[in-house]
Amino acid sequence: MSDAAVQCRDLRKSFVDVKAVDGLDLTVGRGECFGLLGPNGAGKTTTIEILEGLTVPDSGRVEILGLTWKDSERELRERIGISLQETQLPEKLTVLETLRLFRSFYRDGRDPDELLRELSLDEKRNARYGKLSGGQKQRLAVACALIGNPDMLFLDEPTTGLDPQSRLQLWEVVARFRQTGGTVLLTTHYMEEAQRLCDRIAIIDHGHLIALGTPEELIARLEAPNIIEFASEPALAEDAIRALPFCLGCSKHGDKWQLRVDALADAVPQLLALIERSGAKLVTLSTHEATLEDLFVSLTGRELRDV
Amino acid sequence: MSSTPVRVRPPIIELVIVRTKEFVRETEALFWVFGFPLLLALALGFAFRAKAPDKIPIGVLAGPHAQERLAALAKSPVLLPRVYSAEEGHNALRLGKISLLVEGDAQPVYRFDPTRPDARTSRLEADDALQTAAGRRNVFNAGEERVTQQGSRYIDFLMPGLVGMNLMSTGMWGMGFAIVNARMRKLLKRLVATPMRKSHYILSFFLGRMIWLTLEVVLLVAFGWLVFGVRVNGSIALLALLCIIGGYGFSGLGLLLASRVKTIEAISGLMNLVMVPMWICSGVFFSYERFPDAVKPLIRLLPLTALNDALRAVINDAAGFTQIAMPLAVLAAWGIVGFAVGIRIFKWQ
Repeated sequence: MSDAAVQCRDLRKSFVDVKAVDGLDLTVGRGECFGLLGPNGAGKTTTIEILEGLTVPDSGRVEILGLTWKDSERELRERIGISLQETQLPEKLTVLETLRLFRSFYRDGRDPDELLRELSLDEKRNARYGKLSGGQKQRLAVACALIGNPDMLFLDEPTTGLDPQSRLQLWEVVARFRQTGGTVLLTTHYMEEAQRLCDRIAIIDHGHLIALGTPEELIARLEAPNIIEFASEPALAEDAIRALPFCLGCSKHGDKWQLRVDALADAVPQLLALIERSGAKLVTLSTHEATLEDLFVSLTGRELRDV
Repeated sequence: MSSTPVRVRPPIIELVIVRTKEFVRETEALFWVFGFPLLLALALGFAFRAKAPDKIPIGVLAGPHAQERLAALAKSPVLLPRVYSAEEGHNALRLGKISLLVEGDAQPVYRFDPTRPDARTSRLEADDALQTAAGRRNVFNAGEERVTQQGSRYIDFLMPGLVGMNLMSTGMWGMGFAIVNARMRKLLKRLVATPMRKSHYILSFFLGRMIWLTLEVVLLVAFGWLVFGVRVNGSIALLALLCIIGGYGFSGLGLLLASRVKTIEAISGLMNLVMVPMWICSGVFFSYERFPDAVKPLIRLLPLTALNDALRAVINDAAGFTQIAMPLAVLAAWGIVGFAVGIRIFKWQ
């Protein structure tokens, strides 16, 4: 028995031809918001479904709230709330009917009306699920996860495909749940979401953990707080770029070069000078502060959304 | 975020309510369950209704006696006479448009093909009409007692068959379609991620079915009685028991078929594979007595045969419990096997 909300050791799960999860260790503290970040197919969903007790791992140990799925399934089902990726609730039921149905499954839980107000779904209480917008559907899915008044929430890609406003609304819901002491484990492939919501983040790729820490720690690992993206006509040779004294690393994406640098004020003039010397013409140039996205690129050499 | 005391219904009640609401809101499903069988009964009932045989067309050869013979023959309730020229008349007879041609001068001559059954009737009827018109006196006048018995018409055979067919299709579709649809939408997976008891979910389908089954059967039986005078000669309680066991049997079969299937296309194919042979073999539209003796014992083991036999026994022949015990046992066995195996191999995700 541990005090952690989630503890798993050496988790492994293979499907016919892929190792979806390949020896994963994770610990999530109580009250923490923990993010599993990675591209599609990295093994995020398989991992979260193992933790949710919906998929049986080939090997490894899982404890949720100090309990195991094998011994305490019913108890755990009462105490956790889940939002799956791509669940479609019954088309012909209204928002309130759906929530009442889910409420009836739990010994103890929240008042559906109150929860609907909290999630700004009050106006839609008598609308059928089939008529809701994507954001409203997703909020109802999260309402169904919250209706049992859980200690812990599992959200699998809660904001994928949503417009920015719906995304913000969902982030607020998660933040409110955390204020009451709830633990959250979510998966996402949005860096911004992970950076905004999570205390700690695990970046996974091909079923492996490739980085773990707070968003700030992870970005600090890049040792290059700024990124320059540029394209020139004709393109510069890789040797010439790597030879630049300020260049801490570079990679090419299509026509664009991406340079990791320390101080923009030093780097940009030198880069422009190089372009001019080599007789090329600058096509685009932009700079930004390093994000988790950049970390993922530097760790794997691929962009998150490419995969 | 304290939990507030709210009125929360037990999950099984909530599940049945939800199933019922979903069904009521599915307009097409309502038509197939209630409208379609009634239309089928109406169409077949009228197409095969017991009616007086049509009058038999015969011909009279044009000539001096033609009009007087036509008048005499027209008095016969079974003949439909018309005057023909010689050529037309012979052609009409050859083509079977008329079954008899009255020729001759003072003495009539009947021209007909005696191998045709109609021809012999028209020969007797025509002769009778002409003799009577000529002044023949009957030695006695026989009385008539006409019998077309309630319970032996085609519609009396058909109505119980339609009730059985309806119980089969709604029972199987009601389980099969809804379960596979929920699996496809990953709703089953979402539900098992709650503390819901799996048995409650399955049970809610069965209970939901029972509500609709009652309405379906009452509607069809009342329709048959009001429109076609098909009476339930046996006990209503026994009919109710039979419908419940029938509904149970087909729900079990539906659950079994739907227990692992992943797509609507696959379940549709599977359902038809199971149901179409029963539509044909189990005596919905015609008696399975026409099948060879060797296969009859197998046909009787089909759930729809058992249900139809028992329904006809109760509705038409006023049978008691012991007479339908065997078909009831067959239906119950299908239900038990369907539910036991179906639940065991059921895939929730």
